[in-house]
Amino acid sequence: MELQYWIWIAVGLSFTLYIGIAFWTRASSTSEFYVAGGGVHPIANGMATAADWMSAASFISMAGIISFTGYDGSVYLMGWTGGYVLLALLLAPYLRKFGKFTVPDFIGDRYYSNGARGVAVFCALIVSFTYIAGQMRGVGVVFSRYLEVDITTGVLIGMTIVLFYAVLGGMKGITYTQVAQYCVLIFAFMVPAIYISFMATGNVIPQLGFGDAGSDGVFLLDKLDGLHRELGFHEYTSGSKSTLDVFFITMALMVGTAGLPHVIVRFFTVKKVSDARKSAGWALLFIAILYTTAPAIAVFSRTNLIETVSNQSYKLMPEWFSKWEDTGLLKFEDKNSDGLIQYVADPKINELSVDADIMVLANPEIADLPNWVIALLAAGALAAALSTAAGLLLVISSAVSHDLIKKMINPKVSEKNELIAARLSATAAVCLAGYFGINPPGFVAATVALAFGLAAASFFPAIVMGIFYKKMNKEGAVSGMVVGVLLMLFYMTKFKFGWFGGGVEADWWFGISPEGFGTFAMLINFIVSYVVCKFTPETPKNVQDLVEKIRLP
Amino acid sequence: MSQKTSAYWKHNLKYLIILLIIWFSVSFGAGVLFVDELNTIKIGGFKLGFWFAQQGSIYVFVVLIFVYIYLMNKLDAEFKKDTE
Repeated sequence: MELQYWIWIAVGLSFTLYIGIAFWTRASSTSEFYVAGGGVHPIANGMATAADWMSAASFISMAGIISFTGYDGSVYLMGWTGGYVLLALLLAPYLRKFGKFTVPDFIGDRYYSNGARGVAVFCALIVSFTYIAGQMRGVGVVFSRYLEVDITTGVLIGMTIVLFYAVLGGMKGITYTQVAQYCVLIFAFMVPAIYISFMATGNVIPQLGFGDAGSDGVFLLDKLDGLHRELGFHEYTSGSKSTLDVFFITMALMVGTAGLPHVIVRFFTVKKVSDARKSAGWALLFIAILYTTAPAIAVFSRTNLIETVSNQSYKLMPEWFSKWEDTGLLKFEDKNSDGLIQYVADPKINELSVDADIMVLANPEIADLPNWVIALLAAGALAAALSTAAGLLLVISSAVSHDLIKKMINPKVSEKNELIAARLSATAAVCLAGYFGINPPGFVAATVALAFGLAAASFFPAIVMGIFYKKMNKEGAVSGMVVGVLLMLFYMTKFKFGWFGGGVEADWWFGISPEGFGTFAMLINFIVSYVVCKFTPETPKNVQDLVEKIRLP
Repeated sequence: MSQKTSAYWKHNLKYLIILLIIWFSVSFGAGVLFVDELNTIKIGGFKLGFWFAQQGSIYVFVVLIFVYIYLMNKLDAEFKKDTE
């Protein structure tokens, strides 16, 4: 069957499924809208968390980035999984025990002030908006590439779908659509991976396959290291970044993951404390399936790419080469006019530029897999982007309707009106996100690191100290959060946007990149909080009792 | 009652510290700080440090959470029995 039909069938069926689920599970109370009524099974919640967490970037870009950076790409693998250990051990059970709806809820009550709540709302909104614009863009790109509509139409279709099930279903609808989306995306990711692993090494398990030897008897990783040395790239299995920077980036991503509001809020949806721990375990298991496969895909496709193109005649390139050239993701410029493709590290001689996204998207074509696999991949990429967008949308809408309106502006608002406010703010957020998806501001890519850095520099220390350090008071926590966030914003804007005089790599403080700076800002947050706390009035007795209470099962 | 409570909390903290030390060693230890030393050891086609950074640390993370679930469920049950 024609590829285009397959794609319409796969995308159409999966979208019908999501809408059907949303309709069955629509929310009728604020508790259902914010936390799905608190009755989600831990395994279902684990799947929903995994889909929520794995965005278009994890699905489409990550394997490609690892493919080009080799060992340096490990920061994403460790960073985006290790955070779940922190979540399960240090945050999730206690926040569930606390039993409210949102992260600003916890900060506001634990630090007994609306000032603290306000700072938390501000951080939650910045972090979530940064993220959601990227997701809508991802939806648009996938639509335009596979369904041959333009990006604007793609974003509009995506917006309508998300709007429908997030606004109607709230957290309850989102949870069960995310379960379905996880199944779609993991199936779509694994099928080509298993095929390719089997073709390259004869091993059907990609995680083991990339440590095996190819048909020539040479270990794949050794071969790749050799190819890299020949072409002047740094060795695949060793890095080019400094150890200190790798350390700081990994830590910032881990702590940032644990501090992201749309991830944390998922643990409010289960029945009891022990279920919160269980869901974190299941979530990480489901995430690990994709995250341990990605580095294998990276190795297979990197080897495939180099062997296919390096020093080969441009005329003899397979069909997929010209197809991806049309999209602009693959560019060839015959600098020395010899008709051969020189793919090397030296930018003066190199003739080929390859976008990281190709590694996953073009994989089925490079490996010559059947059309339905390509269609599956399109549905999977959309599932990844939509599920994350929906989760973020909920954080934005609850921050506005619950934290801002109900807790700060008008505490007397009725449940019915609060629910209307929640739906209206979700609608407004979708429109804003859609706008940024159609007209992406240049800083979207640069600000992904900012989202993690901000979460690391603000929420994580405030929540951890709120649980493990009973005496931490509002003055300490608020000044720590404010200093941490401002410091992070300063460093990012200085080195990413050139504000405050700008700067180059040589000017980095202690050689820490903006991506890793969240770790530094987090440490400063801890120190400032502790020092301020020592010189200001002690935490009231009732708050200390509250902390005692959330520590017990 | 409050003695039981603080014993429960101390037990929990002990688990946390031990598990977080393992968490740190497999990722920041084996995958980052000592990666070059471990890379001199090879298992199959994998250099050990590289394997920890891209595979091993993730497997250990999953196991750590499930160990914590098991330990805490046991501790919770004991605590409930004691306080009833």
